[in-house]
Amino acid sequence: MGGWLFDPAHWSGSTGIPVRLLEHLGYTLLTLLIAALIAIPLGAFVGHTGKGGFLVVGLSNVLRALPTTAVLILVVLWAGLGDFPVYVALVLLAIPPIMAGTYAGIRAVDPVTVDAARGVGMRESGVLLQVEIPNALPLIFGGFRGAALQVVATATIAAYTGAGGLGRFVFDGLALQDFGQMLAGAVLVALLAVLVDLGFAGLQRLTVSPGLRPVGTGGKR
Amino acid sequence: MKRIATAVAAVMLLSACGGDPLTGGANNPAPTDTIVVGSGNFPESRLLAEIYAEALASKGIKVSKKLNIGNRELYFKGVQDGSIDLIPEYSGVLLKHVNKEAPEVGSDEVYEALKKALPQGLIVLDKSSAEDKDAVVVTKQIAAQYSLKSIEDLVPYCKDFVFGGPPEFQNRPDGLAGLKAKYACEFKEFKALDVGGPLTVAGLKDNTVQAADLFTTDSAIKANEFVVLEDPRNVFAAENVLPLINEKKASQQVRDILNAISKKLDTKTLLELNQKLASPDKPEPEKVAKEWLASAGI
Amino acid sequence: MTWIFENWERFWEVTEVHLRLSVVPVLIGFVLSIPLGWLASRSQTARAILFPLANILFTIPSIALIVITPVLIGVKILDEINVVVPLVIYTVALMVRTVADALSAVPGHVTAAANAMGFRPWRRFLTVDFPLALPVTIAGLRVATVSNISMVSVGALVGLGGYGQLFTEGYQTDHTEKVLAGLIGTVVLAALADGLLLLIGRVLTPWARAGR
Repeated sequence: MGGWLFDPAHWSGSTGIPVRLLEHLGYTLLTLLIAALIAIPLGAFVGHTGKGGFLVVGLSNVLRALPTTAVLILVVLWAGLGDFPVYVALVLLAIPPIMAGTYAGIRAVDPVTVDAARGVGMRESGVLLQVEIPNALPLIFGGFRGAALQVVATATIAAYTGAGGLGRFVFDGLALQDFGQMLAGAVLVALLAVLVDLGFAGLQRLTVSPGLRPVGTGGKR
Repeated sequence: MKRIATAVAAVMLLSACGGDPLTGGANNPAPTDTIVVGSGNFPESRLLAEIYAEALASKGIKVSKKLNIGNRELYFKGVQDGSIDLIPEYSGVLLKHVNKEAPEVGSDEVYEALKKALPQGLIVLDKSSAEDKDAVVVTKQIAAQYSLKSIEDLVPYCKDFVFGGPPEFQNRPDGLAGLKAKYACEFKEFKALDVGGPLTVAGLKDNTVQAADLFTTDSAIKANEFVVLEDPRNVFAAENVLPLINEKKASQQVRDILNAISKKLDTKTLLELNQKLASPDKPEPEKVAKEWLASAGI
Repeated sequence: MTWIFENWERFWEVTEVHLRLSVVPVLIGFVLSIPLGWLASRSQTARAILFPLANILFTIPSIALIVITPVLIGVKILDEINVVVPLVIYTVALMVRTVADALSAVPGHVTAAANAMGFRPWRRFLTVDFPLALPVTIAGLRVATVSNISMVSVGALVGLGGYGQLFTEGYQTDHTEKVLAGLIGTVVLAALADGLLLLIGRVLTPWARAGR
């Protein structure tokens, strides 16, 4: 594997490692953005109103059970090749953890805090946006980062229907029985996942209020 | 404690439904009189495997199927390690797989060379006249635009064309290397698609690739009015369909049945059967195989 | 879903294989994760090693693990072990964290009381800690099981069985109904397994429903 990975020929050109890395990162980030745009409002609304929790959990479970390969193939058969099927499959994969994390986060906000917010005259939207969501951020990020890891790992499968990304090395390596290439692909995916997670951990640090940060064994401040 | 025991029992029951874990079902090494029939990862290979399997089973031979494994680079290992006993093959590509340097191109020479080149314990039975060759294929529009009839006509444009084919096409001697050696044709880019399947057809249609590797009995060629370029310098050798079989499983009865099939199989039949498989109601290969065997009197 | 009815034998055969390939790794993975999770709940060092390791393992694409397994443990390429081993790895990676968190969440005063009553460590673990950790553990098991059932289909890319076979065949022949059949099978199987585990959880933790 070292041989394949460190061969300079594999680092250049339109099929080289940097290009595939960027493609893979592109799939991941855009997927997470779309999934977040869908899942966070849904999870927040259900968490805030307390209605339909069963739906959130149920929907999460169903989506989690969908094999990504099947969704990918179905969309390809229906809409043709290209990147669209990849995004459909990956977004469906990313929604459950983000939605579950948001829902759980909002439900876990101390009711006393919420009550206090209402007590000072905040409107419902204010309660949601200025109190519940900021307090729920750690759990929202938890779901988000979990989703990110899954998406990075699963985006590999997209290469089966001709898409780009690091999965190309895995599938081409498989077809050529070139284990060096396959292993390199797998290692690069794992590396990218670690980097993406670190990136979001940093983002979490920046956006989550210091008062909510877990300190050592859970002591306050 | 009691509740835990009940739960454990329930779970054990669940796993028992699926057969003895780890040693059940397809994992069990088949009893030595069962023939394991394998196939490659494209419909025609599955069809041929079903034909072999159904014919053998109908004569009372025990058969187990492991279809849709992968490409030859993958499944040949299964043949060598005994996981698979019988698989439909194509003479020319199989020869090049076991002997990269093999120069033979004619049907009979390829067959003779193949018989000699196979590793110990593996044999091929009679070849059929049915042929399914790899071919360089372009769309009708491109053929008209560049006046393409044979690969020789393609040579001046190779460097501007993107070529699509299965990933293994890059490495095979009768792939990119063969085109380069015999025609001095080197493409601008190679796109790894699939084994003459939906990706390759789509790639040609939307011009992601200007030329691609398809199989000559593929119904998609006629359906999309693709043009198969002639191969006067024989990059692609003769590809007669024939059974590759583990010698130990090739009893006289098995040989007779498979040879009878090979006698009746010709290229026209393959084309027709492939078309049936691709028809809108998508019949299962098993059904199409049974129907053909009945009509062929096997 | 006419394809399923017209090809019931094939569908059932594929279901059996898929079931076997999903359940076995969950069982093995769960058993393996108990001691590891217990270790992680007791020791900060173990936690610091096991958790990041589990995270990384989870990101290795399943297709890669499935192909590497025969090379690593020297089995034949079509052996079902090639799917079982990667799935066991993923299950352990998932469950170690769950078991660790579940055991850590057992209230300290309960374990203290048990110790005070003279429970020896093994007995305490089996009759106090573990049962109390069950709700969270089972929740994790449900996720692991559903995840496994979904992942088995990747094995079809190297010729292994299960619903994945229906996906690849359907793709190669442009046969949407076949792919849908496999999808339905997978989701139904996942729903049944999830429901079964939920039931088992309820049966095993009657105290959780007490006082309703």
